[in-house]
Amino acid sequence: MQYDVAVIGAGVCGAMITRELSKLDLKVVMLEKLSDVSMGTSKANSAIVHAGFDAEVGSLKAKLNVQGASLMAYYCNKLNVPYKNIGSLVVAYSWDDMQTLDILFERGFNNGVPNMQIISQEKLRAMEPYISEEAIGALWAPTAGIVSPYELAIAATENAVVNGARVKRNSGVFDIEYKDDLFFLSTASGVIKAKYIINCAGVFADQIAKMIGDTSFKIIPRKGEYYLLDKTEATMVNHVLFKCPSSMGKGILITPTAHGNVLMGPTAIDLDFDSKLDVDTTIEGLDTVKREIRKVIPQLTTRNAITSFAGLRAHIEGDHSDFVIGPSKENEKFINVAGIESPGLTAAPAIARYVGQIFREIAPEYEKKKDFIATRPAPVRVNELSPEERRKLVEKDKRYGRIICRCEGITEGEIIDAIKAPCGARDVDGVKRRTRAGMGRCQSGFCGSKVVEILSRELGVPMNQITKHGNRSKILYEKTK
Amino acid sequence: MLKYDLVVIGGGPAGMAAALKAKECGVNKILILERAATLGGILEQCIHTGFGLHHFGEELSGPEYAYRFIKQVEETDIEVKVDTMVTDILTGNIVVATNNTDGMLEIHATAIILAMGCRERPRGALDIPGSRASGIMTAGTAQKYVNIDGYMPGKKIVILGSGDIGLIMARRMTLEGAKVEMVCELMPYSGGLTRNIVQCLDDMGIPLKLSCTVIKTHGIERLEGVTIANVDENRRPIPGTEQFVECDTLMLSVGLIPENELTRNAGVMIDPITNGAIVDENRQTSRPGIFACGNVLQVHDLVDYVTQESYTAGEGAAKYIKSKSKNKRTKYISVKPEGGVRYVVPQNINCDADCDVKLYFRVKDVYKNGRITVTSGDKVLYSKKKPKLAPGEMEYVIVKSDDIKELDKKEIVVKVEV
Repeated sequence: MQYDVAVIGAGVCGAMITRELSKLDLKVVMLEKLSDVSMGTSKANSAIVHAGFDAEVGSLKAKLNVQGASLMAYYCNKLNVPYKNIGSLVVAYSWDDMQTLDILFERGFNNGVPNMQIISQEKLRAMEPYISEEAIGALWAPTAGIVSPYELAIAATENAVVNGARVKRNSGVFDIEYKDDLFFLSTASGVIKAKYIINCAGVFADQIAKMIGDTSFKIIPRKGEYYLLDKTEATMVNHVLFKCPSSMGKGILITPTAHGNVLMGPTAIDLDFDSKLDVDTTIEGLDTVKREIRKVIPQLTTRNAITSFAGLRAHIEGDHSDFVIGPSKENEKFINVAGIESPGLTAAPAIARYVGQIFREIAPEYEKKKDFIATRPAPVRVNELSPEERRKLVEKDKRYGRIICRCEGITEGEIIDAIKAPCGARDVDGVKRRTRAGMGRCQSGFCGSKVVEILSRELGVPMNQITKHGNRSKILYEKTK
Repeated sequence: MLKYDLVVIGGGPAGMAAALKAKECGVNKILILERAATLGGILEQCIHTGFGLHHFGEELSGPEYAYRFIKQVEETDIEVKVDTMVTDILTGNIVVATNNTDGMLEIHATAIILAMGCRERPRGALDIPGSRASGIMTAGTAQKYVNIDGYMPGKKIVILGSGDIGLIMARRMTLEGAKVEMVCELMPYSGGLTRNIVQCLDDMGIPLKLSCTVIKTHGIERLEGVTIANVDENRRPIPGTEQFVECDTLMLSVGLIPENELTRNAGVMIDPITNGAIVDENRQTSRPGIFACGNVLQVHDLVDYVTQESYTAGEGAAKYIKSKSKNKRTKYISVKPEGGVRYVVPQNINCDADCDVKLYFRVKDVYKNGRITVTSGDKVLYSKKKPKLAPGEMEYVIVKSDDIKELDKKEIVVKVEV
């Protein structure tokens, strides 16, 4: 198959860029190694929108962060993705910390972050009643927020597909050859030809770049571990709460999630170059999270933890690394979008626009489509409806009356929608990310087998071919005796 | 709005028994709401025997035990709505439910019996570090796959937790041709019934490793193995005792949690130890007209005891429905656990209770020759030694109604001492 552009990697950047390119009259394909979109860093991160005071002044990170923060509401609205503009607080515990807040304020101001304030202990306490007694002040950044990261990637993908983009899952790229002005990508699902490549391969972006001889950057997988708490803890925290930053990152944070849970983490441990699949949680990592959060909100415990998980940040080797976005020196038709660690999620909408501009400069031959559909319709969310709306919906389609996931109140109709959506769910985790079935406190103990059943029925395959997250992650073996 | 005298939430053994007893006591309009496609609850997937020894004096399988009650329900005019999920209980005893025929339902009930059962503690609540491979599931989920769907959920299995479902599944999987490597139990004693240890592990040659836990899961796609380790008296892994065990499945049988989301929404007071409602001897909760019974109230060892308790609740609800003075204030004696006793149900007794009251309790640890005493102030209501007491076996003592009426103290204490 020949395409104009191949986007490698279906994380939030890959998906947003593919959507951006689907505005043009060209053939674009997004290639994903794993079984679904948003399976790497994009599904396991802090899920927050940073205001933009962390990145170094003048860096690409700073520019795209601040732009992204102000674009996020617009995109989430267009794509119907959960987003809340709740603001963030960097909490100070010492005189030293208070000075750090000043540095952050200055930096944020220079980066263009609007309306920041350094607030007193009293104000902080009024905003966060459960905050530690030892907290003495904070930096308030009202433009920060929270977003559902995998839903952003999923929504952007769906929208791109509606606008003509192709998505190929289970299609990892293992070799790239360039001849006669064409890239030949050897993938797990055959050879794909493309005139341009956008490399959004996350922690693997250095390996993809190397395939065309570009060894200008190396990516270290930096692991972060998290706890996700039950919605019962939602009253404990109102804003994104950071501790003062360290050299390894912004430290452990506590935040509500866009769906009303509480998320805390991440740790920051650099792994070896060859450990890019290691998202195991560790005793040490989880203990660190538990210890650190006690300093911020002493009453918050992991007693009501729903789950823990780990994700990898794509950190470019070096102390002051920036995003690597632009045409490769080896081949200008190969655009790197690499090193997208924090604030990558925030920046994603801005990165998509920025890459769109770069692409149009090197490939001015493509016209804008006249019939681009900018909006992705909101999925039906039964438990957000009024009783009256709900009644009407069930009258129309009774499957919206059958609750499958009792913890989150997700119906059969919503699960079927997720399977039938453009680039729809193919496995249990795919259903979970799209609908929240299985995200609740029983962790799919009740609905897991029902979701397997529905997937099996809707996809027309036996139950023992349904997987948790693709490939060999099967759930059932052969029939019983 | 629909109107019923009694709405029973949950059509498992507890709900059916409660509804039947209420019917027997003369309650008119009764409705059972069940979220599954049939009555019977979790018994439907419990195809092993061992049910009914106490209640029917014979050994039945789960579906057989359930069927006896389903048949009785069918013989009455008790109404049943299956495939119906209750989503809320509003002030004024209004039950909100949804299903695929009525859409949204609002039902007013004079009395409500909560009989939603319990769920299994999931992996996330355990903090086991490691990968997120497939093949990690609760024993009950595995049981559904094998017994209802007819698929093998694994072939080489490690079971964490020696709860009864785990023990039953150890035997079940072995009989289906899987290799159950071991059952690891964090505590120095098993959480299951002795008869299940003997019949499901010993007879099958499956080792039970006490004071042992899983500290890591391996495998990115399907589970490839677990690391186990012995634990010290504080239940922390002992360095140097780690051992890798190859397996494709980790089954969890690490405790049951009463399913009390609705109960909490209804504003009912919850006992932090049982995780079920605080009730009186009629199984009435802190909200007048709302009753609870079965595993939603406290996790039972045997369904026979669930049936007994549900009869009590059914009778209590019937009394409530018929009484003229529904919201009269009654005086309560509170029942408190002490010493080796972890909890007692009921937590309150009406001062004017007109029949003997059974106090159910569990102990905190394994005790040999422990003495069970029930006292109120200086008065000893019960005192007896028992050769063996274990957390896995629920105990009960009976307090005579005459004794209750004579009490001048406001408190009864249930205690175990060695």
